[in-house]
This record gives sequence, structure tokens and C-alpha cells, in this order.
Amino acid sequence: MPAGTAEGGVLVPITTLASYSVQRLEVLDSEGTVDKSLMPEVSADDIRGLYRLMVETRALDVRMLKLQRQGRLGTFPQVLGQEAAHIGAASACRPADWIVPAFRESGVYLMRGVPMVSLLQYWGGDERGALVPEGARLLPVSIPVGSHMMHAVGLAWAMKRDGEDAAALTFFGDGATSAGDFHEAMNLAAVFRAPVVFVCQNNHWAISIPVRRQTATDTIAQKAVAYGMPGIQVDGNDVFAMHRAVKEGLERALAGGGPTFIEAFTYRMSDHTTSDDAKRYRPPEELEVWSARDPLSRLAAYMKLNGLLDEAEEAAFGEEADEKVAEAVAAYEALDPPPPDEVFAHLYDELPPDLAAQQTALLSRVRTGV
Amino acid sequence: MARLNMVEAVNQALAQEMERDAKVVVMGEDVGRDGGVFRVTDGLIDRFGEDRVLDTPLCESGIVGMAIGMAIAGYRPVVEIQFSGFAYPAYDQLVCHASRMRNRSRGRYTVPLVVRMPFGGGIRALEHHSESMEAIFVHVPGLKVIIPSNPYEAKGLLAAAIRDPDPVVFMEPKRVYRAVRMEVPEESYVVPLGECRVAREGADVTLISWGAHVRTAGEAAERLAADHGIEAEVIDVRTLSPFDEGTVAESVAKTGRAVVVAEAPRTGGFASEIAARLMDRVILRLEAPVRRVTGFDAIPPLGRLEDYYQPDVDVVVKETIDTMEF
Repeated sequence: MPAGTAEGGVLVPITTLASYSVQRLEVLDSEGTVDKSLMPEVSADDIRGLYRLMVETRALDVRMLKLQRQGRLGTFPQVLGQEAAHIGAASACRPADWIVPAFRESGVYLMRGVPMVSLLQYWGGDERGALVPEGARLLPVSIPVGSHMMHAVGLAWAMKRDGEDAAALTFFGDGATSAGDFHEAMNLAAVFRAPVVFVCQNNHWAISIPVRRQTATDTIAQKAVAYGMPGIQVDGNDVFAMHRAVKEGLERALAGGGPTFIEAFTYRMSDHTTSDDAKRYRPPEELEVWSARDPLSRLAAYMKLNGLLDEAEEAAFGEEADEKVAEAVAAYEALDPPPPDEVFAHLYDELPPDLAAQQTALLSRVRTGV
Repeated sequence: MARLNMVEAVNQALAQEMERDAKVVVMGEDVGRDGGVFRVTDGLIDRFGEDRVLDTPLCESGIVGMAIGMAIAGYRPVVEIQFSGFAYPAYDQLVCHASRMRNRSRGRYTVPLVVRMPFGGGIRALEHHSESMEAIFVHVPGLKVIIPSNPYEAKGLLAAAIRDPDPVVFMEPKRVYRAVRMEVPEESYVVPLGECRVAREGADVTLISWGAHVRTAGEAAERLAADHGIEAEVIDVRTLSPFDEGTVAESVAKTGRAVVVAEAPRTGGFASEIAARLMDRVILRLEAPVRRVTGFDAIPPLGRLEDYYQPDVDVVVKETIDTMEF
């Protein structure tokens, strides 16, 4: 009998078993002013480092788009507008923490020591660019949506079992929250109290589907409640808020508190990938609104207000980033094409005889041209 | 030497590998306290504890996905999927991630993972509990696919699979689980992956099979010899991927005739792959077309009609005689 109905003349009371609230964290406003009580502990050097990385990430992204349009690079997903969300999040990690990205986090690769030329090489269709530096604790780009999330859970479980003082951070988008794997990863992490921080980059669009068609909930953050883990919405264009929220999540994880879910409220200012045309489905006024919330200009405004950046330095950061990108592009375009045996190089520890025969056939075809 | 069935042999292999290597962990639905629905993991949780025998929530994709992360971090997870018919949610993880991580990361990360799953029919089970879908795993580059035929093979092949640096799908013919006992050495040993086994020697025709139907083929061979004077060589494929086509081709080059016995649906099945490879290798030595004795391209029926679906000794004998008389 449902609660609240009469049973033998006695009213069964309705009781509240659970209730929830959803919090949002903002530290830095669009004028560059911070709420000092919420400002994370970051040094002036840290801030300059974050700014430099965000500028470089954008410079690379902008240049990659031009290269792609000129036929000098393959299809790739731009990160324009999401620099604070993923760089701010990853900046809270220590080198021992595993990072499990999706595919729109190029700043994370740069942060972990992947050279720009490798990113160009990878998105240019040469898989050798996917090799991350040894010990970087960083997984390669994962194209299928959401299914990489449980890898972070497994890595976290292993670190916990090994008694390591480290956790895992994984990125995914708002579209991933509709996939069953999101549920399985969140649930597994919570059940095993795995030290994971889940960062959903809610960039409001999964190709052409707006977030309101992706979920019927008011926020994505509230989904955490159903898994028994803390969840929070964070201004994803605020690098300080992202840093702070992820740092808290990592600290909770290391203290044995299990996983944390963070909705990074941000915006995809680009198309989905270079093969997409957002003009087909996206109202142009939306882009104007979000341009005013640009994560880079916001951080620059803060730095100027606090004597960390002047006009000349701002220009210098930009020029240095452009030079670095130009050097990487030159190095990328000077690379030899991948040798055909790369097709077989990393299939198994040892190539089985029938595959070795297929490799021989390919190499002979390449050599003889028939 | 103790006489073990396949359930006991697999259990012993798991225990010995866990003993040998602290990074080996067993995980899956009901594998802990319950010891698995077939009792294959019985007693492991008491010996090795909850940290190495993980009862997981019910989520095949999540279990294999989590195991991939564990494997990247240096563990050797052995996942149990309760029935192969429930492996499809995890197929995504096997195809999109486990099989590709080495390639995707250009060798930086490897996934030494074993996914065990009981498969095949013959036990009058419910829908989804009788399929023989090995071909869908064989088709995936980067995976290895192992199917033991008896307790001795199961123990040695599983030990090899657990020690292998690449992801292995280990399909256990549930029909054999408790049907056969044989002498199995107590000490740990390895049956190498990637090698077929000649289970019976013969000069007239080669019967090729794997899993439960190695026994069907073996019994057919005995009857062919006794009743028809036909000496059949029986090959237990054991490793479907990577496939040891050399051993099979060598046998068929000798006998000139081949019959492949499998319970999987015929079209696109591994029996067809073997037939194609024999065309490549020994077509001029063949005295008859390679015959496939398989399940139908039909959904395995429930118990009352199951015997019509499964190849049996009678049909193997008949098809072999037809092949001899071609």
C-alpha cells in the first residue's frame, strides 16, 4: 500500500527519506574580480603558468583549425572556450594522479608534457603522436563517448589497493551523461569508494543536441545524488573555481571519502569537430552571450587587476605562444610519414604468425608497388 | 593424480595464479561469497579476501571497463561474465578499449586481462544461456580467444591466459563443466596459447573442433574406426585467435579431407574461416570439399528442441562418411 493512504482507518504518514540541494561554485567573475574567501591557494607563478598554458592551448587550437581548413591536418575537435574547464581541473592534480581524458582536453596533454608536435601528429592522422611520455599517468584520447570513464575507476581502485596517495581524474561531456556507461562508472566508483573525480564538461552541445534535450534534470550536478556521492556545479569558465573544486574532490578521495562529481558549466564556442557546422542548429546569439564569459579574457582581467599582467606582457604571452605553435607546426610538417608496419606494431606483445604474414604481404606490396 | 572436472580445474588454476602473483584478482557478479553461479570461484574469497575476489555490481560493461583500468595500473584481473549471452554490454569495452589500448597508446599501456565466460548449449538452459558466439570475439583485432575442451586443457590454458600480456577471452564450454573427469596434475603448468592440439591421430580424414565438440568429434572418430574402418585425425583448436593454421593445414595435407565440427551458427562462423584457410593452404591436396558440421543459422532453441540444433556423434559420422565418399 502506498504511503499516505488509509490502512484500516489509520493514515500511513508520508516521510521524507532524502532530499537534496545543488550548489554552484564561482570564484572569478567576468570583470576579473575574485571572491577572496573562495580563492584557492595558487601562487602568482602558478597563475602565470595557468595563463600561459591556456594561451598556448588556444593558440594551438586556432592554428589547428586553419591547418585543417587548408588540408594540412585531419578532423579534430576544437577546445575553444573550454580552456579553463579542463586546464583548471587538471591543475589541481599532482603527477601521481592518473588523468583519463575524453577528446576535448588538449591542454591536459600539454600540461603533462606531451609536445605540441605530438598533438599535431596525432590529429594529422599519424598515430605515433598518441605516445605519451613515460610515467605521465595519462591515457590517450578516447573517442567513444563515456566508455572510458570506468577505466578511471579501475585505475583509482588499483591506486587505493596499492596504498598510493593518488587519485584519478576523468573528463567527459554532457552527452556522455545520457549513456549507460556514465551510470555504470559512477555507480562502480561509489560502491568501491574509488578515489575518482569525475569532471563533466557541460559545454551545452553534443554535436547538434542541446543539453536540455540530453537530460530532463535542471543541472547535471544533481545526478551525483543518486549515486551517493557529492556533486557540484562549477563555473567552468573560471579557472580558479575549477581548480578549487577538483582539489577538494581529490582531497576527499585521498581521505577515503570516495568519488566526487563536478559539472563544469562551460560552452563549446566552436563546432563539434572540424567536420561539423554548428550554424545549422545553433542560435548565433548564444555564442555572443558566451563570448562575454570567455575564460581567457576573464583570467587576463584578474591578472591585470592584481598586477600580474600588463598590456605588453599580454601581447608577449600571445606572441610567444604563436611562435611555439609555429615551431611545432614546422616540426610536424617535417616529420617522415609513418612507416606502413606501424599498422601491426602494437597489436600484440608478439605478432602471431598469421599476422606476421599479413605484415609481410603489406610491406612487399609497398616495396614492389603491386 | 587427482581426477578433476573442468570447474575444479579452472578453480585450481585461478587459485594457483593468485598464489603465484599478488596482482591477479578475480572479479564479477557473485564470484565472491557465492563462488560463482557455476561454483568456479568457490572458496577463493576465503583464501584471498575481498580485495582480490571482488563481488561487483551487476554491470558487464562496467566490470570489464574497470578491469581495463586495473590492468593498465599493473593488475591482472580475471573477470567472470556469468554467461556469454550477457557479455554483449561488455563487448563494447572489449572491442573499443581492451583490444586497442596497446595500439592506441603506441605500446605505452597494455591490458593483461582475462574475461572468462561459460558458453555453448547442451544443458537445457534459459534463453541467452546457450549461444556459441566465439566468432564475434575472433573478429576483433587485439584480442586472443581461447576455448578449452577438457579439464587438463582448461587449467593449463587459463594459467597461460592469465600470464599473457594481452587481453584474452576465455570461453568455457559449460556442457563440459561437470561432464568429464580426468587426471589433472596438482602442480601448476601452462598449455601455450596459439597452438592447436592433435587429440587423435589418423590418416584418412581430419576432424577439427573446439570446446565441447572435441569430444563429439573424438567419439565419432572411434565409431568411424570401429564400424567403418576410417581412421580420423582429431584436432582440438584450443586457440581460435591467434589461429595455428599450420597444424591444421599439415594434418589436412596428410589426410586430404576435413570436417569442421562446431555448434555455432554456420554463416560467418569460425568453421568457415578454417575452410577458407584450408583453401589457401592445401587446396591441391583436398580430395573433397571442406565440410562444416555446425549449428543452424537459427537462434538456439530452448531445451525441448536443443538436440536438433547441436551437432552430435551421429551427424558427424554421417557427414564424415559423405566426405570420404565424395
